[in-house]
Amino acid sequence: MGIELQNINKKFGEYKAIDNLSLSIPSGDLIALLGPSGCGKTTLLRIIAGLELADSGKIILENKDTTNLPPRKKNVGFVFQHYALFRRLNVFENVAFGLKVLPFKERPPRIEIRDRVEHLLKLVQMDWALNRYPSQLSGGQRQRVALARALAVNPRVLLLDEPFSALDAKVRQELRRWLRKLHDEIHVTSIFVTHDQEEALELADKIVVINKGRIEQEGTPQEVYDHPANAFVYNFLGNVNVFHGRIKNGKVSLGDHDLDAPDELKYIEEKPSQTFVRPHEIGISRIRSNENDLVGIIHEVRLQGGQIGLNIECEGLDNPIEAEVPRELFVNLQLAKGVQVFVTINRVRVFAGDYEI
Amino acid sequence: MALFQAKRRNILPGFGLSMGYTVFYLSAIVIVPLSMIFINTIPMGWEPFLNAVTAPRVLASYRLSFSTAFFAALFDGFAGLLTAWVLVRYRFPGKDFLDALVDLPFALPTAVAGICFATLYSPIGWLGQLLSHWNLQIINSPTGIVIALVFIGFPFVVRTIQPVLEEAEQEIEEAAHCLGATRWQTFRKILLPHLFPALLTGVTLAFARGIGEYGSVIFIAGNLPMKTEIAPLMIMSKLDQFDYAGASAVALVLLCISFSMLLLLNAVQEWQQKEYRS
Amino acid sequence: MSQPDTNNSKAPVVNKRISDPQSVQVLLIGLTYLFFIGFIFLPLGLVFTQAFQKGWSFYLESIREPYAIEAVKLTLLTVAIVVPINAVFGVSAAWAITKFNFKGKTALKSLLDLPFAVSPVIAGLIFVLLVGSRTPFGSWLGEHGIKIIFSTPGIIIATIFVTFPFIARELIPLMEAQGRDEEEAALTLGARGWQIFGKITLPNIRWGLLYGMILCGARSIGEFGAVSVVSGHIRGQTNTIPLHVEILYSEYNFTASFAVASLLVFLALLTVVIKNGMEKHFHKNSLHL
Repeated sequence: MGIELQNINKKFGEYKAIDNLSLSIPSGDLIALLGPSGCGKTTLLRIIAGLELADSGKIILENKDTTNLPPRKKNVGFVFQHYALFRRLNVFENVAFGLKVLPFKERPPRIEIRDRVEHLLKLVQMDWALNRYPSQLSGGQRQRVALARALAVNPRVLLLDEPFSALDAKVRQELRRWLRKLHDEIHVTSIFVTHDQEEALELADKIVVINKGRIEQEGTPQEVYDHPANAFVYNFLGNVNVFHGRIKNGKVSLGDHDLDAPDELKYIEEKPSQTFVRPHEIGISRIRSNENDLVGIIHEVRLQGGQIGLNIECEGLDNPIEAEVPRELFVNLQLAKGVQVFVTINRVRVFAGDYEI
Repeated sequence: MALFQAKRRNILPGFGLSMGYTVFYLSAIVIVPLSMIFINTIPMGWEPFLNAVTAPRVLASYRLSFSTAFFAALFDGFAGLLTAWVLVRYRFPGKDFLDALVDLPFALPTAVAGICFATLYSPIGWLGQLLSHWNLQIINSPTGIVIALVFIGFPFVVRTIQPVLEEAEQEIEEAAHCLGATRWQTFRKILLPHLFPALLTGVTLAFARGIGEYGSVIFIAGNLPMKTEIAPLMIMSKLDQFDYAGASAVALVLLCISFSMLLLLNAVQEWQQKEYRS
Repeated sequence: MSQPDTNNSKAPVVNKRISDPQSVQVLLIGLTYLFFIGFIFLPLGLVFTQAFQKGWSFYLESIREPYAIEAVKLTLLTVAIVVPINAVFGVSAAWAITKFNFKGKTALKSLLDLPFAVSPVIAGLIFVLLVGSRTPFGSWLGEHGIKIIFSTPGIIIATIFVTFPFIARELIPLMEAQGRDEEEAALTLGARGWQIFGKITLPNIRWGLLYGMILCGARSIGEFGAVSVVSGHIRGQTNTIPLHVEILYSEYNFTASFAVASLLVFLALLTVVIKNGMEKHFHKNSLHL
């Protein structure tokens, strides 16, 4: 195992930041810790790095128990949200820092340090900036240097704390793809923390969804997106329509309408329910194709790149429905604001009980 | 020591060393010496203490120190607000020069300020001559003390208002302007309440500093008993007569008043911040 | 302030979009200049005209006179001892306060503001009460041949008290703004405590430290009240420059007094220039966050 966490607990005063959390990550994987802000994901990362001390639990990195090692000896690479480059050192000295502070006996000779730093900077495509200072670099460039600096000490694991959140959208996307490629080359076990589900879905081998200091679900991006374990995960990953209703006699109420309840909820006694429908799982037509179709009026039209977002007010529903249709369909059906449409719900996910978010 | 224990084990190194040294240093330089004032007053007993601090000459000196510090701080409030406003909002020749010189009273040794004002306002001095036409005498009078204290307290007010005024959003003023408020209304209803906490802080600091000020005042004050003797001078003269207990008693009262004023200021600031939040 | 006409947009375009009418601006700027003339320019001008009243040679004589030179030496000695001691304290206090969370932090911070609320005379008094020759501790020291009050150590200790917060107060906001990220990064890269401090923290705070030391030095040179209490005014032995100025003045030797004072004025102006220069520098390339 690359990283193994056993029963980690951490309290700040009365507040439980991490609640008996266990997690195993195979060597060489790139893992996303995904969750809303304040869910404990950054605290968990800092505990792994030793920057925060857990109240209890065990941390095993590449089969070595590092729970009680000081952070200086843990040998983890940590990339900070705001880069934390040493502002008075140039790029070369930043990357060389971890090697130059080694005790004399372990320190590689100067030439070796220079070679290693230059190699790493080439790897992150920053070899042209050896003598620049952090203030002379853009955010994306700083983050690459920070990554090279973390890699210079041959870390057991690489930890990235919201590495792209301080960058603007375009640079973020570029750097994301580049990081994936880099990881495929160097294969060091890595965890990155993010609150951006798109980033997690695109980048990670595996996603760990965290809420209130606990793991809600872990799995591949496909699994997590297609089969959310619970209402929280469903809600957190992607845009979604939520309908609050009740389950009764094998039926789920959706406003004034009833849908068949999924099999596992068929025989449940009356309970509150939450029904989730993704905007792209909603069909739109101008003619009624099914007697269960909802009737609605298009209330708002939004251009969203290749897709068109529709906001439809349906008869019998309290809240408008968000739907997404391809632009082609939008043109073919001559949709516009105020037009009456029939709405088919292709796929729903129902969770019994109220889920607090 | 338990007071300064870290909340949780700290990750960065050096807490014990830096904290230990800081606490040791503060104890040796500040806490132990300051406690000497209490230690020297307690054996006096209540009666002699009261007698010492309510002797007519001492009472007169307290009254003088407070009233002059108060008027000086008040004047500094106006002058400081004016200066900060002009320096932040307008552009004019010599602006950077004036801005730099605001710090001069901080940097100039108080004794030098003292002899300067004493000479300026002496009957043959530049301003003293001028004022004698109207039979105004500044030197050896409370007015002279106020002038010296205005000089000393001035930077406190300017330097606390300036950053607040710089950060005050021009947009709020513009919004008020668009809503039809005149400049004067905007200033009075929008800006002044916004600046008030800083103004209060600056004026209080100037006041606290003025009560204890010595060097700049003694030259211009003339030190006439019952008339122009400031409280720190009373401490000085009691020390000269080796009346340590009496000096401590006068000092204790002065200290208590300055501290409680700063505490009050802190409380007001905290209260105001809470108001803002809610 | 008069009620200005809101439609007047012809006022000179200051870098702001709305501004006060020109008449108001001229009035306020004029008042400010008037204040500065009365309280800053006149005293400054006075020092130099008085100092040179009896010509160059008298001026030079006044500041070259043996007692004056002794006073300068004592003042420089005081500064040379006080500033490094307070610098070590300032760095240590700022490190403890900004890099860690602990109970009593606010109390510690307010202790740093204390000397601003203590009259300089009281600052001197407390050391007389602590180690003066009439106190138990002082007389014990005296028996062992150590004299503190009315001698150089007393001057140094009183000066330390008056100036100790300057450096810490300069460093704390700076280090708070810089945060702990860089130190934590250095820690994960394997650096030890002194390596982190020497290679990361110290370079980051060097300008703030220097600036604090300059303020501390300026105040040490000019401190009058506290030093006046503990020095005993022994000419040629325990007289600092400000005390020397006072003695000359009280002997009605005004020209010499202002001559020596002009040295202090010159230093004060230098401090103000450096302070402003550094503040501009800080604003320009302030924190690279």
